[in-house]
Amino acid sequence: MKVTLNVWRQRSPNDGGSFQIYEVDEVSPDMSFLELFDVLNEQLIEKGEEPVAFDHDCREGICGSCSMMINGRAHGPESGTATCQLHMRKFEDGATITVEPWRANAFPIIKDLVVDRSAFDRIVEAGGYITAPTGTASEANLILVPKEVSDAAMDAAACIGCGACVAACPNGAAQLFTAAKIQHLNLLPQGQPERWSRVIDMVDTMEEFFGSCTNHRECEAVCPKEISIDFIALMNRDYIRAQFKQRRLTGQKS
Amino acid sequence: MTRLHWSPGPAAAPAPPVGKAAGSAANGLNGRIPEGPIADKWSNHKFDVKLVNPANKRKFRIVVVGSGLAGASAAATLGELGYAVTMITFHDSPRRAHSIAAQGGINAAKNYRNDGDSVHRLFYDTIKGGDYRAREANVYRLAELSVNIIDQCVAQGVPFAREYGGLLDNRSFGGAQVSRTFYARGQTGQQLLLGAYQALARQVHLGNVELHERTEMLDLVIKDGRAVGVVTRNLVSGAVRSFSGHAVVLATGGYSNVFFLSTNAMASNVTAIWRAHKRGAYMANPCFTQIHPTCIPASDDFQSKLTLMSESLRNDGRIWVPKEFGDERPPNQIPEEERDYYLERRYPAFGNLVPRDVASRAAKHEVDAGRGVGPQKNGVYLDLSTAIARVGRDVIDERYDNLMQMYERITGEDPYVAPMRIYPAVHYTMGGLWVDYNLMSNVPGLYVLGEANFSDHGANRLGASALMQGLADGYFILPNTIGDGLAPLLGEDPVPTDDPAFAEVESAVSDQVKQMLSVKGTRSVDWFHRELGKIMWDDCGMARSAESLEKAIAEIPELRSEFWRNVRVLGENESFNQSLEKAGRVADFLEFGELLCRDALHREESCGGHFRVEHQTEDGEALRHDDEFSYVAAWEHTGDHAQPALHKEALEFEYAHPSQRSYK
Ligand SMILES: Cc1cc2nc3c(=O)[nH]c(=O)nc-3n(C[C@H](O)[C@H](O)[C@H](O)COP(=O)(O)OP(=O)(O)OC[C@H]3O[C@@H](n4cnc5c(N)ncnc54)[C@H](O)[C@@H]3O)c2cc1C
Ligand code: FES
Repeated sequence: MKVTLNVWRQRSPNDGGSFQIYEVDEVSPDMSFLELFDVLNEQLIEKGEEPVAFDHDCREGICGSCSMMINGRAHGPESGTATCQLHMRKFEDGATITVEPWRANAFPIIKDLVVDRSAFDRIVEAGGYITAPTGTASEANLILVPKEVSDAAMDAAACIGCGACVAACPNGAAQLFTAAKIQHLNLLPQGQPERWSRVIDMVDTMEEFFGSCTNHRECEAVCPKEISIDFIALMNRDYIRAQFKQRRLTGQKS
Repeated sequence: MTRLHWSPGPAAAPAPPVGKAAGSAANGLNGRIPEGPIADKWSNHKFDVKLVNPANKRKFRIVVVGSGLAGASAAATLGELGYAVTMITFHDSPRRAHSIAAQGGINAAKNYRNDGDSVHRLFYDTIKGGDYRAREANVYRLAELSVNIIDQCVAQGVPFAREYGGLLDNRSFGGAQVSRTFYARGQTGQQLLLGAYQALARQVHLGNVELHERTEMLDLVIKDGRAVGVVTRNLVSGAVRSFSGHAVVLATGGYSNVFFLSTNAMASNVTAIWRAHKRGAYMANPCFTQIHPTCIPASDDFQSKLTLMSESLRNDGRIWVPKEFGDERPPNQIPEEERDYYLERRYPAFGNLVPRDVASRAAKHEVDAGRGVGPQKNGVYLDLSTAIARVGRDVIDERYDNLMQMYERITGEDPYVAPMRIYPAVHYTMGGLWVDYNLMSNVPGLYVLGEANFSDHGANRLGASALMQGLADGYFILPNTIGDGLAPLLGEDPVPTDDPAFAEVESAVSDQVKQMLSVKGTRSVDWFHRELGKIMWDDCGMARSAESLEKAIAEIPELRSEFWRNVRVLGENESFNQSLEKAGRVADFLEFGELLCRDALHREESCGGHFRVEHQTEDGEALRHDDEFSYVAAWEHTGDHAQPALHKEALEFEYAHPSQRSYK
């Protein structure tokens, strides 16, 4: 196969950046999309041009590093698939493919296709955990978790934190990521004691960095782990309930 | 032996002499194993170690490098205890560490299944699986702590698989005859890492852990024989910066990528432990590498890494090849009687569940004999149809859903229609920096955790035991042992980073970076990595011989010197430069690979993952030589142009008596 790549190149965060066109000839249909970039980069190095920077690591769809906007769609044409698991057999021979970084205010570009997603870590630090210092745990089977509950929590916990949801959202909102993180814990019995403070702290932190959700549902469509926007509904419900709870607690204190 | 000839790489600052190595004794290395019956050693030891009182903990700064299961769990727990922690990772978020990719599960001796498991059995299985090349005391402690790990992870909200009654589910996993593996779908590593990362995030929020992402450790700083800090390069700005502490903890993962193609994440590398080795830390058993039997065979020359299919598939999958050589028929047209279920035939007791090394060599045997399947004839079949007929597709779906999808995505073939094709690939490295029972290296103040150390797995690791070891090291062992080394330092400040000890290492790091950029040769970094990988896989892979190893030991230095003459690293230091990052890692692999081969050459026996063709039984099984090789080989770097020196730690087996492994 042969493809033409139209790739966003940007030297540094403050640089303007522009699209560059590259032809890659020796493409095998069994190659992954990132292997296509490996070949492109070898080609560029050969010519003495700097290779295209892109984030990647596991190449198994689990670390959440890879992040390419392919023909305007986060992670490309195949649903439920991260960029690293997309294979060239999904493209036509001779295709022109446009590749851009995630674009969102909260994800500044570092170089070429690499962006800074550390705002996600700030959301988790705000409350995305269960306080269980090492050594304090009781025997594991004392906590019964109905299978359905555990499965639902796992559906949320499957989030790989890639940021496709933010990149796809016209508002650059991080609702799907935040909801997945909150609901993984809020659904479990272990997560109940901190449930209300967790949702308030994480949602408030999210809003410091990201845009607001106006129900476009683009996030769900591009999520490589197919995380459902039902979790956003659950998060919103918890958030509203938490405000009442908090008010009641505040009332008690004064 | 040919003389070790290190390349004229950039002249590193000479390693300052390490003070009297803590662990070395006149008659070899001393692992400082506590006295007493094996079941009491850990309790006794916890009583014997020096403690740091809670109010004093905040006066100690600990630099932790690596945020995988081992590093994240250690940093979080040390933070909880009140220590001041600096966490360094080259990933953009701690949660992306390679641990995230572990699929299958984590072992624990809970005996929830009432099937005869116990701490002693897990201990015994691990020692035996490791082919009697691990320390008994460490392994026993690991088995003991395994139960606490599960408790801890459940408390953190790790969504392990459950039974309908709400209790935890278990499955049996490669090489085990009991069901002791806990799992979270096919994403166990992800969920355990998220648990540790979340605990770490809490400590970051509380201000106990200072987090430095996209920061790569490039050297270790030693002063007066103690590890006092690290020198790093910021991967975004290129800035070289030192971090100082009372102790340094390396939890930087394994070195499988020395083979280029492996199941490890692309960025996994040997740099942190290799640079520490060059500064004085001993490298133990580097030749103990594990080849995993169930990976997707390479499809073409562009292959950048190999994908593991969790070996839990071996619980339900039957492995076979056509009996006929060069049988071109599609698998479902090959009748039962014309299939060779070679593992079931050769190992009736363990069948498809024989340990990884045995399963891998058996697959190689079939493919080498010309019975390989698939377009490149480089695989064997893993067939789930018997299991689907027995338990139904829904159950199989539930168990392996994401694996089936992954397989289909990569190969374009539906594993429900045709059996999967699998082949072994490099997967895990048992070797690593030498540590004592406290997980401290021979350099005082330098601790090593997780896959980066050599402990616990001997010559072969059992499935689902790496996650267990990483978390045991980080959650339970280091937090209890580190005080022993810190307590005597009370009242001392960390060495300031403007001390000449730091300045010297900083300039060595900057010089190497400059040198790599200045070569301006013609070949890419990846080209060198691939070439090295070919040498390693062909000559030091699944089967090794004195001849192949000597060949590798001659070729690697040539490749290394070509690297320094002819590598092309474009761009500059002062920006995000992935070629430059990679160049440093490959430069280290080019040195380390040679040591790995030397270790393999010196170990004139076959054990676990280390198979020397000269040493095998009549039916082709690994043949150990306990009288000569029942020791840990710990190598000391003696200079860039000198032979490494070998130190031995003798292994004694009081509770699990060495026997030739038999899985028949
Ligand atoms: C595909 C796959 C599946 C697996 N499945 C299982 C399984 O089912 N069960 C099981 O028990 N084991 C499994 N393993 C093995 C297990 O995942 C690993 O051994 C384990 O996760 C290693 O953890 P770690 O914390 O030691 O290192 P890692 O998770 O590799 O973390 C290393 C960390 O160190 C950092 N680092 C490294 N070098 C530097 C440096 N120079 N500077 C700064 N930071 C650095 C990295 O950024 C990273 O954060 C699997 C392995 C693979 C490859
Ligand atoms: S590279 Fe890890 S998810 Fe794509």
